[in-house]
Amino acid sequence: MIPANFDYESPRTLSEALDLLASRQDAKILAGGHSLLPAMKLRLAAPSVVVDLGRIAGLNHIRESGDRIVIGAMTPHADVASSKILHVACPLLAQAASQIGDVQVRNRGTIGGSLAAAHPAADYPAAVLALDAEIMAVSRSGERSLPATKFFTGMFTTELRPDEIITEVRVPRTEGASVAYKKFHHPASGYAVVGVAVRIKKAGTRIDSAAISITGVGHIAYRATAVENALRGKPLGVIAEAAAHAAEGVEVLSDYYASAEYRRHLATVFTRRALEQALEASGK
Amino acid sequence: MARNGKANGKGNAKLAAVWVGKKLKRKEDPRLIQGTSHYTDDLKLPRMLFCAFTRSPMAHAEIRAIRTDAARALPGVVGVFTAHDLTGLGMVPCAIQMPGLNLPPHPVLATERVRYVGEPVAAVVAENLYTARDAAEAIEVDYEPLPVVVNMEKALEKDSPVIHQQFRTNRAFTHALKNGDIQSAFKKADRVVKQRVINQRLAPVAMEPRAVLGEYLPGENRLTVWSATQIPHLLRTQISVMVGLPETAVRVIAPEVGGGFGSKLNVYAEEGLVPWLAMKLGRPIKWAETRRENITSTIHGRDTINDLELALKKDGRILGLRVRILADMGAYHQLLTPLIPQLTALMQAGCYKIPAIDIEIQGVFTNKMSTDAYRGAGRPEATYNIERIMDVAAHELGMDPVELRIKNFPQAKEFPFTTVTGLVYDSAKYQESIKRALRLSGYDSLRRRQKSGWKNGKYYGVGVSTYVEICAIGPSAATPAGGWESGTVRIEPTGKVTVLTGASPHGQGQETTFAQLIADELGIHPEDVNVVHGDTLAVPYGIGTFGSRATAVGGTAAYLATQKLKTKMARLAAHLLGAKPADISFGRGRLSGKGSKKSISFGELVMAAYTARNIPAGFEPGLEATHFFEPSNFTFPFGAHIASVEVDGETGEVKIDKYVAVDDCGNVINPMLVDGQIHGGIAQGMGQAMWEELIYNEEGQIVNGTMMDYALPKAHLLPEFTLDRTVTPTPVNPMGVKGVGEAGTIASTPCVVNAVCDALSVLGVKHIDMPLKPERVWRAMQQAQASAQLEPQPNDTPSSSRAKRGISVSEKAARSKA
Repeated sequence: MIPANFDYESPRTLSEALDLLASRQDAKILAGGHSLLPAMKLRLAAPSVVVDLGRIAGLNHIRESGDRIVIGAMTPHADVASSKILHVACPLLAQAASQIGDVQVRNRGTIGGSLAAAHPAADYPAAVLALDAEIMAVSRSGERSLPATKFFTGMFTTELRPDEIITEVRVPRTEGASVAYKKFHHPASGYAVVGVAVRIKKAGTRIDSAAISITGVGHIAYRATAVENALRGKPLGVIAEAAAHAAEGVEVLSDYYASAEYRRHLATVFTRRALEQALEASGK
Repeated sequence: MARNGKANGKGNAKLAAVWVGKKLKRKEDPRLIQGTSHYTDDLKLPRMLFCAFTRSPMAHAEIRAIRTDAARALPGVVGVFTAHDLTGLGMVPCAIQMPGLNLPPHPVLATERVRYVGEPVAAVVAENLYTARDAAEAIEVDYEPLPVVVNMEKALEKDSPVIHQQFRTNRAFTHALKNGDIQSAFKKADRVVKQRVINQRLAPVAMEPRAVLGEYLPGENRLTVWSATQIPHLLRTQISVMVGLPETAVRVIAPEVGGGFGSKLNVYAEEGLVPWLAMKLGRPIKWAETRRENITSTIHGRDTINDLELALKKDGRILGLRVRILADMGAYHQLLTPLIPQLTALMQAGCYKIPAIDIEIQGVFTNKMSTDAYRGAGRPEATYNIERIMDVAAHELGMDPVELRIKNFPQAKEFPFTTVTGLVYDSAKYQESIKRALRLSGYDSLRRRQKSGWKNGKYYGVGVSTYVEICAIGPSAATPAGGWESGTVRIEPTGKVTVLTGASPHGQGQETTFAQLIADELGIHPEDVNVVHGDTLAVPYGIGTFGSRATAVGGTAAYLATQKLKTKMARLAAHLLGAKPADISFGRGRLSGKGSKKSISFGELVMAAYTARNIPAGFEPGLEATHFFEPSNFTFPFGAHIASVEVDGETGEVKIDKYVAVDDCGNVINPMLVDGQIHGGIAQGMGQAMWEELIYNEEGQIVNGTMMDYALPKAHLLPEFTLDRTVTPTPVNPMGVKGVGEAGTIASTPCVVNAVCDALSVLGVKHIDMPLKPERVWRAMQQAQASAQLEPQPNDTPSSSRAKRGISVSEKAARSKA
């Protein structure tokens, strides 16, 4: 509960922040602090310098940009959850944000911070995967776009390099699609024991395309391709059957609260329920 | 408030209650809500040092070496201490004496062995908290691991590792309570119902962790200790013994204390060591527990295994109860550790007439933190046992659980009622509480909802818990360190009143309720009554706040001190008014003679007592009185709670739908505070039923020891509570108050579990152990359904299928046949 000694830097511009990251090998970025600070207090993390992005202008916004919605990396979960733009154009992201942690976490935690932390039971990873979002990152060598589907590499690990900072997240407009985020909350942490994000497109009484992603079940959120394949081109009635593939091929987590067997079962139930909710919301 | 004035306070004319019975807002709240109050960790003294501990990461090991050089070398480190440096400092005390008790020495810092994870091994004192923490991390300890035992049944096996070798066993004690002819009860029984229930280990998690600040002034020979404690005076006595100072040289202050739930009704290693180090180093030293330490190294609650057998006639009449309890002590006895399961034995009969009882308890040492008093302390276990077995019996007999309970209640006219365990219940109307709870909950419609739900694959359940508990602890003969309480009332020259109470609160609101009580007695405003507590230099010796005793014992002491003052004031008023003392009456701010012809204001009278120029012969100037109240008995609050739940058939998730609580704590001083206690109590009891469990793995490591893992009850997880109360005053004290601090916790745990098991009884589920985690509930349903397929009973109606298959799901998801 008492962190080890560290320096605190509060740069005013992105380029100052990038300089700090480049010059200090074990620097950690503070972008909400809901993963980093608890780890530091337990001395599981002991960076020599913490670089706070909180005072850099231009990282906290939600705006429309053509067929995409762009969310600044330092936008708190509460703003995403209550965004009018997102409620119309990309409600899945808002739904996921509204179910993160508790009020305090949603007021402090940010989308960039959450994605970079890559917690295996975080909500955003499931949402950005199902949305085929793009994650924009900058370093002193320039900007690059990382597709969400390639961003997460494992438990707490991502494609992000140590000298990179996430600047924004770009999600598609999903008007016309059926979306839902359905979550089984851990009673202590509020993390997802299972969280399922779905985005499906119907063609008449059939499913045209489906993007399903699941968090909390494996080492990192994943696209449930077996479920997607079982849905694509099929009538709406197959969802229960398709949901049974939710944890197929996944090494399922097990802990004192939920065994692998139970998590696997929940993945199926919540996938089906998320699909039902999405279809219900879009009026079947 | 209709007071039962039998016991005391006679002679003084009664004023109509103005403040007692009012929902007065708490005097404490503005400073607490605004954060302007001072807890121990808020205090800063000049030249203050900070203390941190190196704690054992091993559950059982020999200490081969402790290397402190690196820690000592850190700039800012003032001292590093291990057990060898503590010559002259006493052991951690246990107040319990009982025949055959194995009482191991409990050193402040581990000597040759560590016996649980979190046991303090070394203490560091440094100029700031961060350096202290760094230095504590820099201490290297060589441990030689020893075999670990965390499971009580394994600990009692012959080949188990032994935690305290001198006893050659892990059995800490055996305690039996038997009465009536148990053999013939079971012989005559039409039905014997058996169930094992586990009362899991819980972390108390008070909002404020523990904290200790010690300052020693050698010139004055004065040691002052600020500590987050429920028992400042008892702590003072123990500290004086531990550090070797006369008690008169020690002052303990419990400043603002942020909750305890029993966890601060103790004397901890740190409370002896930190002041002792302050004496050695000649500077004030503060230690504030981290939340992690709070979970590993502050006492835990419950942790018992209970084998229950109930013998009944087929009409539901109880003939006898047999109970075998294993109670986990942890590695050492803290202040009251071995006492807690004995309270379970005392209260095991609940609110039922049970002709014969046979209880045997074994206390067991394991490689875990000590258990001790946690909200309810032994009574929640007793209530859970009896209320669960009553429900299991009802289902097996095919009776409504309410009907079975009512059948075995003593009648109101049978009070005072002597129980089979030897207690004398003061007063109760059990029939009335359950009647009200049935009405408020719409019991019959809940049952209809259940039946129609079952037909549609919905698992709706109704749980009942009728409880009685033991409060106002208690008569001194039944307590280890005195069960009385002190109260001093002082009317200052300006007419403002100071009340000193030994019942030092930690969130209960005595500053408000005692002010209401005394204001009514003296005819003044509660704003003019200042309640002082928690400073042993200011307050006469007292016992503390625990066991729902503060109002019933401490309040009574203050009330009786006030009666002494009123007698004195009447004498002076009579002298000044030329009346007879017996004719003086207390009005609002005035005292009058007979017929109110002549009167004197409260302020004038008080001033006259201090100026003392015109007083009766032999009249002692000033207005101050103290009373040490020794209660003649405990009090026994009671009530009936009803919960309804819906279980998700696919996931095992439990949603609590309705919760109705009808409680009776005797007369009520502040209904808002009583409701608050009930609300918090119910939530905490639900926490045990639904979410909380502190898990040690086989290596003795706590696997869920952070707030990210240990699930406390949260507001959004709880239903709305519907509260009602009956008022049955106790004859034990003149105010007729019983106590309410623990009632909600005691009642709600079995109520919720009964509801869930009731919901799933249609599947043949008999019992599920707490907490009712979704997975555990889901497994119970899976097993029941699998078993149903093995033994198809197509024509079963829900009621006839109940309990036929008898699935019980415990920690290991073991299946047992009824």
